[in-house]
Amino acid sequence: MTTRIFGSGIRRREDPRLITGGATYTDDVQLPGMLYAAMLRSPHAHAKINSIDITSAVGARGVVAVYTGADIEGVLNGIPCAWVPPGADLVAVTHPAIAKDVVRYQGDAVAVVVAEDRYQAEDALELINVDYEILPSVTNPEAAMKPGAPQLHEDAPNNQAFHWVSEGGDTEAAFSAADVIVKDTIIQQRLIPNAMEPRSAVATWTKATGELTLWSTSQNPHICRFLASLVTGLGEHKIRVIATEVGGGFGSKIPVYADEMITSFCSMQLGRPVKWTATRSEGFQSTIHGRDHVEYVEMAATQEGKITGVRSKIYAGMGAYLSTAGPGVPTILHGLIYCGPYDIGATKADVYGVFSNATPTDAYRGAGRPEATFLIERLVDLLAVELGTDPAELRRKNLIPKFEEGHDVISGLTYDSGDYEPLMDMVLGHADYSALRQEQAQMRENGHYMGIGVTCYNEICGLGPSQVAGAVGFGGGLWESAIVRFHPTGKVHVYSGISPHGQGEETTFAQIVSDELGVDVDDVTITHGDTSNTPMGWGTYGSRTTSVGAGAMVIAARKIKEKARLLAAHLLEAAESDVEYRDGQFSVKGSPDQSKSIQEMATMANVAWNLPEGMEPGLEASAFYDPPNFVYPFGTHLAVVDVDKDNGHIVVRRYIAGDDCGPQINPMIVEGQVHGGVVQGIGQALWEHAIYDDNGQLVTGSMTDYALPRAHLLPNIESLSTVTPSPHNPLGVKGVGETGSIASTVTVYNAVIDALRPLGVTRIDMPLTPEKVWQAIRQGHGS
Amino acid sequence: MNIQLTVNGKAQEKEVDARLLLVHFLRDDLGLTGTKIGCDTSQCGACVVSMDGKTIKSCTCLAVQANGSDITTIEGVAPDGVLDPVQEAFWDNHGLQCGYCTAGMIITTVELLKKNPNPSDDEVREGLKGNICRCTGYQNIVKSVQAAAKVNRS
Repeated sequence: MTTRIFGSGIRRREDPRLITGGATYTDDVQLPGMLYAAMLRSPHAHAKINSIDITSAVGARGVVAVYTGADIEGVLNGIPCAWVPPGADLVAVTHPAIAKDVVRYQGDAVAVVVAEDRYQAEDALELINVDYEILPSVTNPEAAMKPGAPQLHEDAPNNQAFHWVSEGGDTEAAFSAADVIVKDTIIQQRLIPNAMEPRSAVATWTKATGELTLWSTSQNPHICRFLASLVTGLGEHKIRVIATEVGGGFGSKIPVYADEMITSFCSMQLGRPVKWTATRSEGFQSTIHGRDHVEYVEMAATQEGKITGVRSKIYAGMGAYLSTAGPGVPTILHGLIYCGPYDIGATKADVYGVFSNATPTDAYRGAGRPEATFLIERLVDLLAVELGTDPAELRRKNLIPKFEEGHDVISGLTYDSGDYEPLMDMVLGHADYSALRQEQAQMRENGHYMGIGVTCYNEICGLGPSQVAGAVGFGGGLWESAIVRFHPTGKVHVYSGISPHGQGEETTFAQIVSDELGVDVDDVTITHGDTSNTPMGWGTYGSRTTSVGAGAMVIAARKIKEKARLLAAHLLEAAESDVEYRDGQFSVKGSPDQSKSIQEMATMANVAWNLPEGMEPGLEASAFYDPPNFVYPFGTHLAVVDVDKDNGHIVVRRYIAGDDCGPQINPMIVEGQVHGGVVQGIGQALWEHAIYDDNGQLVTGSMTDYALPRAHLLPNIESLSTVTPSPHNPLGVKGVGETGSIASTVTVYNAVIDALRPLGVTRIDMPLTPEKVWQAIRQGHGS
Repeated sequence: MNIQLTVNGKAQEKEVDARLLLVHFLRDDLGLTGTKIGCDTSQCGACVVSMDGKTIKSCTCLAVQANGSDITTIEGVAPDGVLDPVQEAFWDNHGLQCGYCTAGMIITTVELLKKNPNPSDDEVREGLKGNICRCTGYQNIVKSVQAAAKVNRS
């Protein structure tokens, strides 16, 4: 029996190119005769464009062309939104790639300069004169819906982009009958994803064939091609999108942006390759933001601590336009998981999607689920205070008992499998929770404030069944496909439509295929990211790459194995039913010496000298996998913080992440995903905030002003796990890319509020900067 | 302006604009694209290279300021194809995910360990605070640095 490589933390095959500077990211692509594009962006949040004078720029050194909104009119269609939740009266406003009459947020493109080099293009931007008539602006989503607020779009009165209500059970009855109701106002502040690689595009138009090739920093090149086809009017068969090495995404590289389409337009106009790469500050304004909710939330419960209802009213900022998947985030990915890991009798999400003079929002790591988990877990902590019970025990009391084959919750989902309590016990035991509570009590007596946050979560990922995608208004399918091909020498090539960008799936996919086919892992190559040589796929987001993408590979590999078995039977002159497969070998039952390896069969199938009658040559298969359900990872996280009451400074002393993502293909990679997600979530709790001033100017417009997590501010994360397989995908795996950020923000937040409770502090708007904490402590004392 | 410098052991002589940034000179003129641009404001460290044995952020250094200097970029860390212990340690310990910050992290680590061959975890974290990684949460980077330190000391 050979050893399965599933479950082994082998080193990543991606790394040799990445640690030597040998990888090719989009901005590294150099083509002969390539020009450089630079965007002129609106400095105003809201303004009418009276006129644009490009005369000086056109004549500037090195400038090849300057285009404005008038030039793309009738050539480029608007940038589409591809997620329209049903029953929400969504207003699909037109989003021109280059603004012509009105700019609606700081960063809206108004012109593009194409020049021989980057510096010349940037220089010429300063020579364009735009006559703006500044209009009143609004960036806060709740304020944007108030009477008299500045209006962004004529066809969206009150700036309402949509109104989505989802109710499970009878929330009115639950709240009427409740012994206890706790309420909170939560500001899910705007965040800026900040993948380390800025967005970039290289477009090259081949006039002779009418084909466009677009290198794009995309998490989903096939969706990019699909939408680029709608924007440019070119057929998909005439567009090739290449997501070469992509330097992180966290959701921000799902959308199809105006910039990539403008870059394509420039190449098509000029017949030369054109490159555009965002500067970081440009990215801050023009790459999607995340979160941006104003939430009024409440929870109903019995005196015994049984949670009976959760409901919300939410103003979700969409920004100036609807980004590709923007409307799906605060709705489908949010309101449907209000039960979390608990049996709750009634839930209701009442969500207004709101236009405001800010950068469009879309999926950012966790996308809707961190916000949902935050409000549930915040309310549970408030309930524990109200009832005078331990917050961990209150959670335990409400956990759904173990289930293996599906559990319906009132919000409308069927959880696939769950066993919450053992993981909770493991985390509490590892932390020595009761000792921590004792320590907390002792420290308080000495005037020191430590806090403990415990969070249980259950999230929805592995997006998802295509039928559900259609039912919830997602403008595409959510299946994946793969081609698995044996070369004549027995080496294996796998082509996937999915597009990892840092998650290491070239390695995990190879592990899976290696096991399935019984070949050495180094004999397997994974190809992804180029629409011209990979089958259709919907991309890497929503923690779906392994559960859905690998599902297709496994099915294709199993098809191949069966064909190879039939060929082996033919060559061994044995009955088909007598030939069995084990660890890469086909042998005749009862005669193990009569055997053929799968790699030999690859040779024989490819040369096709002696095939069974009717068998086609070659040894490859393609498969499409449409999962029957989402997957539902779950876990318990625990944070211990120390808060300095004199200056508001917070130290995260310990962070324990207990996560169950089913069987782990590569535990080293799983742990890395947890670390990164947890830290991003801590970033939201403590530091990160996209702040607009009253004029709609992005104050935190660079890495100097926007506080990202840094090494010296963080603890080591202690990772724990249990394994509860999903019953419905071939490997039983669940996603783990987002669990960290889903759980950690509220875990740290709850820990800080827990620390400050004796000082009368019950809430602080995030991020919990020392100044805000200090102010809250002062106010808590009634000063 | 004419500049002469050594990059990864190779002498270079070029005519450059006075305003050309060193990072653009390395990437666009010499084709050494392993050095990355992450922020333009000297915050993220993706562009870190070694100049005369000291790390600098090449997005805030002019090419002409590098005249006469000896530069090492990520492509020059393992010139003969044998990985440096720091590179090996990042690979062994999953010290990278998307890889975009990695060149800067590795160059910074090489210098950090030269100055302090036996750092504590806190000293490693302090030493890396000028380099931003958005993927790893830094933990496996710290582990990588410690692993490399151990190899270097042995």
